[in-house]
Amino acid sequence: MSLIAEVHSKALRLGIPLNVHVDITYRCNERCQHCYLDHEDAGEMSTDEVKDGLRQLAQAGAFFLTISGGEPLLRRDCLEILAYARKLSFNVKLKTNGLLIGEQQAAQLCELGIEQVQISVYSHRSSVHDSITKIRGSWLRTLEAIRRLKSQGLRVTIANVLMKENIQDYAEVQALARELGVHCTLDPTITPKMDGNTDILAMRISGDRLAPVFHDPSLVGNVDEFCAPPGPVDDDILDGIPCSAGHTSCYISPYGDVYPCVQFPLTCGNLRKQSFWEIWRGSPQFKEVRSIRARELHTCSGCTHVGTCSRCPGLAYMEGDMRGPSRADCDKAYVRTGIPSAQMIKRSRDRNSVAASRLVQISIVEPCLPVD
Amino acid sequence: MPLFISHSEDTASRKLDGEMLVASFRTSTLFSLNEMATFIWELADGQTPLDEIVDRICREYDVDRETALQDATDLADKLARNGILERSESAFPTQKGGTSA
Repeated sequence: MSLIAEVHSKALRLGIPLNVHVDITYRCNERCQHCYLDHEDAGEMSTDEVKDGLRQLAQAGAFFLTISGGEPLLRRDCLEILAYARKLSFNVKLKTNGLLIGEQQAAQLCELGIEQVQISVYSHRSSVHDSITKIRGSWLRTLEAIRRLKSQGLRVTIANVLMKENIQDYAEVQALARELGVHCTLDPTITPKMDGNTDILAMRISGDRLAPVFHDPSLVGNVDEFCAPPGPVDDDILDGIPCSAGHTSCYISPYGDVYPCVQFPLTCGNLRKQSFWEIWRGSPQFKEVRSIRARELHTCSGCTHVGTCSRCPGLAYMEGDMRGPSRADCDKAYVRTGIPSAQMIKRSRDRNSVAASRLVQISIVEPCLPVD
Repeated sequence: MPLFISHSEDTASRKLDGEMLVASFRTSTLFSLNEMATFIWELADGQTPLDEIVDRICREYDVDRETALQDATDLADKLARNGILERSESAFPTQKGGTSA
């Protein structure tokens, strides 16, 4: 077992929130088409409140800290918050669009000892990137920020969210990352807005267009291994924890709300009303999330993909049931392996059943209607 | 000549269940320190001479001073070679040394 796996295992055994993602603002200077946030400020935590939250997180054992937003650097106290996080010896990752990173900010971030800066780049073409961010010139400014951060010696990762508008550009974004000397990650996950609105899901890539991505050896390594049919399901899998959300990781909003994950908008408490530790250990919502085992997932427990699926309980929750399947992850499992998930089979049966029942009903008035 | 030790600036650390977890940003490496190394890491504030740290080790653990000094020196060398600890013959500036929760 690798050291990081051992550390996670220990954190799980001890109930420690090893990874915490804190959004310090939802305000943003871009308006990305696929963003799930409401950018209005609904009462952000003050500098002191954020610092107090970080202090509580450090005491709880949190180590890997992601500071994000919105655009975190829109807060005038962002660097002060980062400095405080470093004083508490967090391993800090900053997610930003880079638009506010000039030479001075890049030098300050380096001085603070930020472990990694993650910046979204959606295309190698400024027109496509700017069309997604809805800010003309954003691509150029973002790339300038990456170069500044790199010249300071900071570790930079390009995050490329794949959607219909930029799916054709991912290989060129990887090439751009190589040219810049930075790491690149791809993510085809588009999540509903935090208020439950699902309109932006129309930007998700359909299976037939996602398939080449999952079968590209430059992305997945050994394609045969990555796309292999899942192995047999055993008790270890069924008794396993479906996701680290709420077990060793959690998310805190700019308003102090504590959730299992940024993609899991189940409010477990608020730092303005309770201590982090009270919420983390005592909230009924966290306890419910922690009680779930793969065996109890009503559809997924009987799915052939249960041991290898990247099922997101937050997406499942937003689809209506945290113990249910996540349609996006079913699609991914199918695209990857060619084997339909239990939910897909069930939906197919339901459709056939509806078609049959309709036929019966319709046949009363139109007995000659052909079978569907 | 006294020896002072301090956490390297590009590290982060957290104590989990009695053992210190240390991340080095320079090498993107994670280290897990055993109990004795954790004890030394927590006292590596850049201000406390290694001699004094060894005194505290002798008070805390049932070990003779010569062995403790050798072990502490070897450990400081090892951590320094891995880039997570710095050594100096004079005390480090007071802002160095970090804070581990």
